Amino acid sequence: MTGLNPTNEQRSSGAAASALAIELVGINKHFGPVHANKDIHLAVKRGTVHGIVGENGAGKSTLMSILYGFYTADSGTIHVDGVAHKITDSRHALALGIGMVHQHFMLVDNFTVLENVVLGAEDSALLTPTLNRARGHLKDLARDYGLDIDPDAIVGNLSVGQQQRVEILKALYRGAETLILDEPTGVLTPAEADHLFRILGKLRAEGKTIILITHKLREIMAITDEVSVMRQGEMVETLPTAETSPEHLAELMVGRRVLLRVEKGAAKPGKVLLEVENLVVTDDFGTPRVKGVNFQVRAGEIVGIAGVAGNGQSELLESISGMRDQKSGTIRVHGNALKISGDDGADRARSAGLAHVPEDRLRMGLVTKFNAWENAILGYQDSYGEGPALDISAARDAAREYMKKFDVRPADLDLKTANFSGGNQQKLVLAREMERDPEVLIVGQPTRGVDIGAIEFIHNQIIKMRDAGKAILLVSVELDEIRSLSDRILVIFDGQIVGEADPATADETELGLRMTGSHADNVETDPGTLPEHETPVDQTLVEMSPKDNSGRDTN
Amino acid sequence: MTPLPRWADVVLLPFLNVALAFLIGGLIVLSVGQNPLQAVGIMLYGAFGYGSGFGYTLYYTTDFIFAGLAVSLAYHAGLFNIGPEGQAYVGGLGVILIGLALNGMHWALVFPLMIVCGALFGAAWAFVPGYLQAKRGSHVVITTIMFNFIAVSMMGYIISRILKPEGVNSDESAPLDAITRVPQLRSFIELFKNSPVNLTFFLAIGALFLVYWLIWRTKFGYKVRAVGNNPVAARYAGISTQKTIMVIMALAGAFAAMVAVNNVGGVQGRLILNFVNGAGFVGIAVAFMGKGHPIGVGLSALLFGMLYQGGQELAFQMPGITREMIVTIQALVILFTGAMGDMMRGPLSRMFFQPDAPAGDK
Repeated sequence: MTGLNPTNEQRSSGAAASALAIELVGINKHFGPVHANKDIHLAVKRGTVHGIVGENGAGKSTLMSILYGFYTADSGTIHVDGVAHKITDSRHALALGIGMVHQHFMLVDNFTVLENVVLGAEDSALLTPTLNRARGHLKDLARDYGLDIDPDAIVGNLSVGQQQRVEILKALYRGAETLILDEPTGVLTPAEADHLFRILGKLRAEGKTIILITHKLREIMAITDEVSVMRQGEMVETLPTAETSPEHLAELMVGRRVLLRVEKGAAKPGKVLLEVENLVVTDDFGTPRVKGVNFQVRAGEIVGIAGVAGNGQSELLESISGMRDQKSGTIRVHGNALKISGDDGADRARSAGLAHVPEDRLRMGLVTKFNAWENAILGYQDSYGEGPALDISAARDAAREYMKKFDVRPADLDLKTANFSGGNQQKLVLAREMERDPEVLIVGQPTRGVDIGAIEFIHNQIIKMRDAGKAILLVSVELDEIRSLSDRILVIFDGQIVGEADPATADETELGLRMTGSHADNVETDPGTLPEHETPVDQTLVEMSPKDNSGRDTN
Repeated sequence: MTPLPRWADVVLLPFLNVALAFLIGGLIVLSVGQNPLQAVGIMLYGAFGYGSGFGYTLYYTTDFIFAGLAVSLAYHAGLFNIGPEGQAYVGGLGVILIGLALNGMHWALVFPLMIVCGALFGAAWAFVPGYLQAKRGSHVVITTIMFNFIAVSMMGYIISRILKPEGVNSDESAPLDAITRVPQLRSFIELFKNSPVNLTFFLAIGALFLVYWLIWRTKFGYKVRAVGNNPVAARYAGISTQKTIMVIMALAGAFAAMVAVNNVGGVQGRLILNFVNGAGFVGIAVAFMGKGHPIGVGLSALLFGMLYQGGQELAFQMPGITREMIVTIQALVILFTGAMGDMMRGPLSRMFFQPDAPAGDK
């Protein structure tokens, strides 16, 4: 059952018990010179959870976009319930019972749950009859699948996990028999992810088919029945989950052996290099996001900040790195208070010995229209050349060295940065920030949307910086990453540090609870208090258009 | 959609757009019973065929280069400067004031001072919208449009109430002496006899190189482009967006003001009402057709210079074609190269990639 073309064998052996809900045969898709999907065969059995894993640019999203009618394949056929269809658009896909839950939700924030669910599926000019019908329907769905949600709640007030449930409801309301979930847990807390998996389990029990795209191998192991691995546009292998292991999957994805664990020695903390005292930071609308934070980072240690996205981490990082004015409090680097305000504060922070790998490299860390060499000096442009002229050859030399050292591919100084893959963009940013030999390194989401192979490299570079006696502050929404890299963990919730933990002994459930502001066994999060997930509109747009693969965080 | 090869993007697409504009312009000419081919012939001859016509073409080109650069500069910082018209007009005040103050002195002394003084006035006029954009968030498109109107009213007042000498009937300033005016090329080159092209033309060519250097070879240009492409990344890089916006707008105004050196200093020798005469607005089309790059700006300025001069020749030579029709053809060029400049991109891109995309495996 592990061949590239499992169709015949599976058809005969599967019989009625595992009839195919979806079958893709010989799918090819080109984007200009890029062959995004190469002769893909995929068979998804009805009533199963089928995982699809692969690195960025492996072609997972393209394949799902073809299935969902967003793209048309150059060649190949799609069978739904054994019947060949030519899916022309997403409306057609929906009519065939294929629903998609996007990574970034397609919800209208100021509509109620009910209004969002019927949006685009109104069946008369008057809204009320539709809403009334939908209300009854929703009640049934909620009962059947454990998708409890108040139909009259305003979506903008819901937690991320609840918003995701609304997305699932939307698909089910439209009669989806097969659900495609694209990186569904990227924005969820561990508790919310568990809840999602319970829902998926129920859906499976009710005979729905689920296709799960994820890069978290643990989730694949936990919930899927079968898993397909894609690499560089090809379907490498499809196997029953029970017969594989995370190590094996990672090897298939990357094409070589990968260390999933970070190997590091014990930290040797030295003197305090970064000190944050009573820091208060507000967002663009004047709402406090960081509410009196205190901590220190010593030379030779990595301090990780764990928290659900939107709890003030972004504002904290932006404030320390000089991108955002602080309301009150002090930031000291090397014991000297940083005076960073005004819209060029980041320049002063850099002069003080601070380097910053931003959370959102496309929005902040890079000018995607610039060539590689131009981005290799971003933030340090004033140090290239005397007087007004930019010393381009010096800049190019530096860029060449960075790209060689960090193995940025392709090593083309004049390639537009938008055309690099996410991992290579990130390596370029890391090289730029690390190679200037800063005292303090602030790192946000170092491996977001980065391939497994590159993750290993990036983690090793961060450890190397630590061992060279630098102070490193790490923020990530990946709890695994925080745990494996950090020497100390600080938990942030609602703009405050609510606890400190030792990564070696920290209990994941306990950490997860603290991240949501609860201590007891109150697992379900309160919809009102959980800050909404921050999704910059422009990035969402980039990610919604899979044509530009470099702009995609996850695939 | 797959991006076009660079040469197609830079050469083929603008060429097709211009061709399309001429095609439709030709149909208009045809519809009034005239021969479009003959019209094109007259136009080209009028613009390039003889010395004086060519001189006029270069004179208009000079104006359009400066106005086009004024728009391009701001565009690299992500700003849409609609105000070269007003900036050039106010720049004229600086040019005439220094000219009148030093009236009678040799042009070799006055010409550089006219450049500096005109630039200062134009820069000051453009700085205000830049400041409002940077510090107050007032959109520069709106403010520069409004500043065009304010410039017209203010300059009208200044010219007719303050600068107009007694005993003169028309609304204009006192004239400059011949020796103080920017010399016209006809005094050195026989070819350009009877045409107004003057030394400012070389200033325009120099300005093209200067802008290239500034945008692509200096730290300031790097910052400008960072701000224009991604203001968030600029903030991350410690680049002050506010400062950059204010400086680039002032610079744009300074370049626009060079239109006044060409006209006030080089041709009229005095400040007259509405001397800019739409050159500032043509600059917007020039900048967009030239994609903000000095080479493109130079070439499209030449195209518009040709349209202006050749068009006048055409209206003169073919009585069936009125002045309004010439304007229509010019408008068509602007429409096709500017507003609908990307219309041909889709078909062109399909033409380039259709044949091999599904089959090939590269």
